[in-house]
Amino acid sequence: MKTRTCWNTICTVDDLVPESGIAVWTEEGPVAVFYLPHRLPALVAISHKDPFSGANVLARGITGDLGGEPIVASPLYKQHFNLKTGVCLEDESVRVKTYSVLLDGNRILLETRETQQEAVAA
Amino acid sequence: MSKKTLIVIGNGMVGHHFLEQFVASPAASGYDILVFGEEKQRAYDRVHLSEYFIGSTHSDLAIGTADWYSEHSIQLRLHEQVTAVNPDQRSVTTPKGDYGYDELVLATGSFPFVPPIEGREHPHCFVYRTLEDLDAIRHSAQKGKSGVVVGGGLLGLEAANALKSLGLQAHVVEFAPRLMPVQLDTDGGALLRHKIEELGVQVHTEKATTSIVEGENARIRMNFSDDSHLETDLIVFSAGIRPQDTLARASGLSVGERGGIVVNDQCTTSDPHIHAIGECALWNQKIFGLVAPGYTMARTLAAVLNGDRDAGFTGADMSTKLKLLGVDVGSIGDAHGQTPGTRNIRFNDEQAGHYRRIVISEDGKTLLGAILVGDNSHYDTLLQYALNGITLPDNPETLILPENQGGAPVLGPDALPETASICSCHNVTKGDICCAIDAGCGDLPSVKAETKASTGCGGCTALLKNVVDNELEKRGVAVNKDLCEHFPYSRQELFHLVKINGIRTFRTLISQHGKGQGCDICKPVVGSILATCWNEHILATDHVPLQDTNDTFMANMQKNGTYSIVPRIPGGEITPDKLIVLGEVAKEYDLYTKITGGQRVDLFGATLSELPEIWEKLIAAGFETGHAYGKSLRTVKSCVGNTWCRYGVQDSVGMAIVLENRYKGLRAPHKVKMAVSGCTRECAEAQSKDFGVIATENGWNLYVCGNGGMRPRHADLFATDLSDEELIRTIDRVVMFYVRTADRLQRTSVWMENLEGGLDYLKQVVLEDSLRICAELEEHMNSIADTYQCEWQTAVKDPEKRKRFREFVNLPEQKDPVQQWTTERGQRRPAPVPA
Repeated sequence: MKTRTCWNTICTVDDLVPESGIAVWTEEGPVAVFYLPHRLPALVAISHKDPFSGANVLARGITGDLGGEPIVASPLYKQHFNLKTGVCLEDESVRVKTYSVLLDGNRILLETRETQQEAVAA
Repeated sequence: MSKKTLIVIGNGMVGHHFLEQFVASPAASGYDILVFGEEKQRAYDRVHLSEYFIGSTHSDLAIGTADWYSEHSIQLRLHEQVTAVNPDQRSVTTPKGDYGYDELVLATGSFPFVPPIEGREHPHCFVYRTLEDLDAIRHSAQKGKSGVVVGGGLLGLEAANALKSLGLQAHVVEFAPRLMPVQLDTDGGALLRHKIEELGVQVHTEKATTSIVEGENARIRMNFSDDSHLETDLIVFSAGIRPQDTLARASGLSVGERGGIVVNDQCTTSDPHIHAIGECALWNQKIFGLVAPGYTMARTLAAVLNGDRDAGFTGADMSTKLKLLGVDVGSIGDAHGQTPGTRNIRFNDEQAGHYRRIVISEDGKTLLGAILVGDNSHYDTLLQYALNGITLPDNPETLILPENQGGAPVLGPDALPETASICSCHNVTKGDICCAIDAGCGDLPSVKAETKASTGCGGCTALLKNVVDNELEKRGVAVNKDLCEHFPYSRQELFHLVKINGIRTFRTLISQHGKGQGCDICKPVVGSILATCWNEHILATDHVPLQDTNDTFMANMQKNGTYSIVPRIPGGEITPDKLIVLGEVAKEYDLYTKITGGQRVDLFGATLSELPEIWEKLIAAGFETGHAYGKSLRTVKSCVGNTWCRYGVQDSVGMAIVLENRYKGLRAPHKVKMAVSGCTRECAEAQSKDFGVIATENGWNLYVCGNGGMRPRHADLFATDLSDEELIRTIDRVVMFYVRTADRLQRTSVWMENLEGGLDYLKQVVLEDSLRICAELEEHMNSIADTYQCEWQTAVKDPEKRKRFREFVNLPEQKDPVQQWTTERGQRRPAPVPA
């Protein structure tokens, strides 16, 4: 059994909401994908799971920037997470997983590490 | 080493203040402290006693808790009257035994003077001193129509106000030719009388009561020396106070000719181990009947007991500023010009009802005293001139002229010397405030916490803020009101920018007036401002990313990521059919069901994707959104009112529904709660709401800026006997003024407290239209009410908006695996979330 990365189509541009997040289901669990049209890169993705509450809610947080870094605020207890690094601003020992995400034509591709032989066709 | 014993007799405001000072001092560790109180209750705020009649309870008025006493190991023996003091044995006697002391403090206060009038023992004659007195007055008033206060001084007028608030026709009978003869002169007294009579209190001056007999048309008849008489149902004596010196007298301590325990500058009596403070003490032939000098004595004595040889009481300023029956009255220093050679300047505007007099020294350089009636806005400045001997300007009349007639602006904080007393209750000088700031206090709340300034009577709030802001600015500390790093503006300033420039999106606002991308502080604020100004759907594409998750999904997120749903049930009135629909929907989606405090039903546990389906069903049954998720009107709670209740005097449910439908959906700086009660029994608890309405026989009384929750606050009476139209118009104005000027997440209670000028200022703006904006406020509110839409109704019909409610956009059927459930008391609830 090999671990390898692969790119999966998770949704299309029409599913995105500017300056906000959506949640997608992956083999690794729920992932939050944010579309920030006024930044580069415009697409960022982190785990959807809020490490403080254990609930899958981060895609529903408010996005923005603090000190120039892109952030999302957890909708439950309001901690901020750096969308590039996944580090929590209030407690740097806490970090959520980050994912690479790409725009390919109309499709949004997410990079995951598959532990199975076959990747879902991109 | 065994501890010494300190006994304090009297648990009033001054006695309590002494304990606070003493336990915080080094000497406290060497003493066991024992306190005797004659009353059943712990010390309470007697200054605000009349608030007891408008809903305050002992616990509202209490100053210090049982916990506080036990934390400091103070033994408090209430309802145990000391019957003797034995200086030779150094002990005190109560019905329960003898207690030895090393040091004894008498803080026995005063008792009301009742003139020796024949018939004064009548069961409906009262005094105005303790909570028990007030209970007795309230009981007597229940079946009475009118009440007389004997004594037109400061306390007498307070008492008259209390009788008025109990619904009695109130009379004031004064022996002197004018009201408040100690503090006011003829013109001032006449104006005060005029204003009080306008408020419906009848004033009778130059009346000496000769006897009290059974009445013919009322319970009691008072006969006067001029052969006139007055019939009334009860009498309250408020003809001055006398020091409570009985114990001292009986134990052989020196007392004054007209009463009062003689004390020296150290507040020590003729026995070196017995001390006296407050209204029972006679210092330099003077009794001080105000709380501030009593506090000063308490502080002095605490220092003396700590061996401070410099501590000494040196007299106290008896200037007073108060509001009697809503009328401003101020009296400073030598108000009557008794110092030889004084000169007076008077300003008397009968049209506006303002009277001001200043008393100036012979050389014209210093202010010796002042009298103010009708408007106390000059008080702080005048007091500072008088207390600090600041040299008067060349034209001292400018100090009391209206500003538009050449009146001087108020004395800036820079003109005050370091020794200027800012807060007389806690003896805080400008120097103390500067020290606190230098020691690191960077804003008003921290200065208040550090110095206690403005935490007593609160009269110095505005002055303190001025001094603090000024000192901070001098030290280069920008008083930062910026919302966050993206906007160098306060919420109020942003509101103006949006409104005046017609800005309709966050993007426009931040590119023109801010920087960066925004954050979870500024985005919801701007979202709320845009909603208030333009009332577009909160899920319009531009606005979606601005909202907190609750607003985005129009439901309240719970700890496991599911949502709760609160449909609107205006006024708490619901038909059986609609109630059944709620039950059916809850059953179908297995929602946990709970009744809220606001007379609604909360349905918990809906997943994101279930929300639109559930709302389709609710809307089909006639429900609309309850905005429980928004910073907006929640609910208008009501009692059943006169349609059913035998006590109700108005249709409270009907009014609650009208109000709820008018203000629903309006976006505000924070949530807004309202309630309507159908009579004074107040079953809807309206006085704990932002807007509370209580029915009267003539209409509605409006209370504003109350709060429950974390920081409870009784609402203030704002306007009385309003018609339906007047009520709505007044609420329109207050609501819109709040929405425009409050800070982010500031409830109405804090907003009002932070308005400079507080409740009075708000009344001027709303009731007198002092800013000339009322028409605009009403028009704005009308336009919002006219463009109301049920956000859920709009959302379920729009496929684009419904897309937002997919739990996972790529797998619509996927359930969120962390949402696990268990059952408790027959309903589903979240199982503990795995971390």
